Amino acid sequence: MSDTLALGVSRAGLETKMFFREKDGVIFTFSFPIILLVLFGSIFSDQFEGTGITVSQVYTAGLIGAGVMGAAFQNMGIGIAIDREDGTLKRLAGTPMPRSAYFIGRMLSVLVISLLEVAILLAVGVILYGLELPSDFSRWVTLVWVLLLGLAGAALLGIAASSVPRSAKSAAAVITMPFVVLQFISGVYIPFTQLPPWLINISSVFPLKWMCQGLRSVFLGPEGAQLELTGSYELGRVALVLGAWVIGGLLLCLTTFRWKSRRDG
Amino acid sequence: MTTAIHVQGLTKRYGDVQAVAGIDLEIKQGEVFAILGPNGAGKSTTVEILEGYRTRDAGEVLVLGTDPQKPTREWRTKLGIVLQTANDAAELTVREMVRHFAGYYPRSRDPDEVIAKVGLTEKADVRVRKLSGGQRRRVDVALGVIGNPQLLFLDEPTTGFDPEARRQFWDLIKGLAAEGTTILLTTHYLDEAEALAGRVAVIAKGRIVAEGDPATLGGRSSAKARVSWLGGSEETDTPTRLVQELADRFDGEIPGLAVSRPTLEDIYLTLIEAPHV
Repeated sequence: MSDTLALGVSRAGLETKMFFREKDGVIFTFSFPIILLVLFGSIFSDQFEGTGITVSQVYTAGLIGAGVMGAAFQNMGIGIAIDREDGTLKRLAGTPMPRSAYFIGRMLSVLVISLLEVAILLAVGVILYGLELPSDFSRWVTLVWVLLLGLAGAALLGIAASSVPRSAKSAAAVITMPFVVLQFISGVYIPFTQLPPWLINISSVFPLKWMCQGLRSVFLGPEGAQLELTGSYELGRVALVLGAWVIGGLLLCLTTFRWKSRRDG
Repeated sequence: MTTAIHVQGLTKRYGDVQAVAGIDLEIKQGEVFAILGPNGAGKSTTVEILEGYRTRDAGEVLVLGTDPQKPTREWRTKLGIVLQTANDAAELTVREMVRHFAGYYPRSRDPDEVIAKVGLTEKADVRVRKLSGGQRRRVDVALGVIGNPQLLFLDEPTTGFDPEARRQFWDLIKGLAAEGTTILLTTHYLDEAEALAGRVAVIAKGRIVAEGDPATLGGRSSAKARVSWLGGSEETDTPTRLVQELADRFDGEIPGLAVSRPTLEDIYLTLIEAPHV
């Protein structure tokens, strides 16, 4: 077991190294949510009445959630689909490497990349849009568990989604589409108050809405709670849904993950 | 000598296609064995069943005493697998990759020694993406042998090589064989099988149609020789006598004299074209 963990950490180092060496990929992965944040921050600069909260602060919280899910779900889902096709998975399956070491490596690597992304987005939010970092300890604790649970759920969902595309070529299209839709209906780009209930019902099933809600509780504070549909951040439900996704994602991965490409039968 | 690979009555079907239609193999430890056959003959399916990548429909298979359908980590530490195609880990250097894979095996070889053995010392710090096709294949072999395997699988290792790269690669494989590694090689190059393997099996349409020493395969050594000269040609069991007669007839030099035995290629083409079903 300790052997598996050690190999997983070793694989995480390798995966992270490979990620950062693909320069164009690095630049676009990190700049995408930042550019969106600057874009939205410039277009919508008003405040929500009576709260002192600006629209760009709400976007910062949402885009941190979307950024984490982008790294964990989208990037990793596509990355694993490519690993399946370029022979990485097949080669590994032929070695004595415990198979879980591959997933440990992938998840740890995504954790490193996501934390870096969160830090950059926070810096941009604080410097440009007057986002206030939480002053009390309990909100930092909330930030940590929301990020970790959200990240784990999104990553497991990404691992499961990697088995859906028929090939590495189609992976980007297959995995990006549901993710973009999810961002639109989960309150990242468009406030919930402007979405029809049936869309909210759909997004409430998936982790992104809850991750963003948890993040808003951290960065907007009690004053922002009245902007929520229910007038509360519902942190209990956030934990419940994200936790359920971690377990459900794990089960989905265990039952559907393919080590072989379809071409390989 | 103990048995490295034992296969009896192996079959595998994909939908309507009978990819493997009853194969028996017995390969001893220390042997270099080549499976020869055209594309789609069932070579790769057979080898991938032995490597534990595919399930079989029927038959008995033991690889180093283990059923590949029930692979264990311990069993995998004794195997080296060089797959047909891989384009992975382009952004890592040769040394990073070989070192990392060494960590998977309990009795791994020294990474730098392995890199030297496959002739990549000068490229050790170059990213895999920048290597030529032949150099990439050498990385594949390095990863295949880093765990110090008892049995090495090489699936069409030199496809796409230029002649010089192929010769160099053969020397590498001969070196591994000389160290006592059992090697199972698939190829569709006859000269490769002849150069490397002590024994060859020819597969066509999922069956073994001939098996043996490449020099005697398909009755090659006992086949009639063909004597040809300007104005005629004849198949004979006694070519020396015929040449003597011709020398007498031409009173000395025989114009355009050639004596030939069927090449492995001639035998092979006859074998894979003959109806066996």
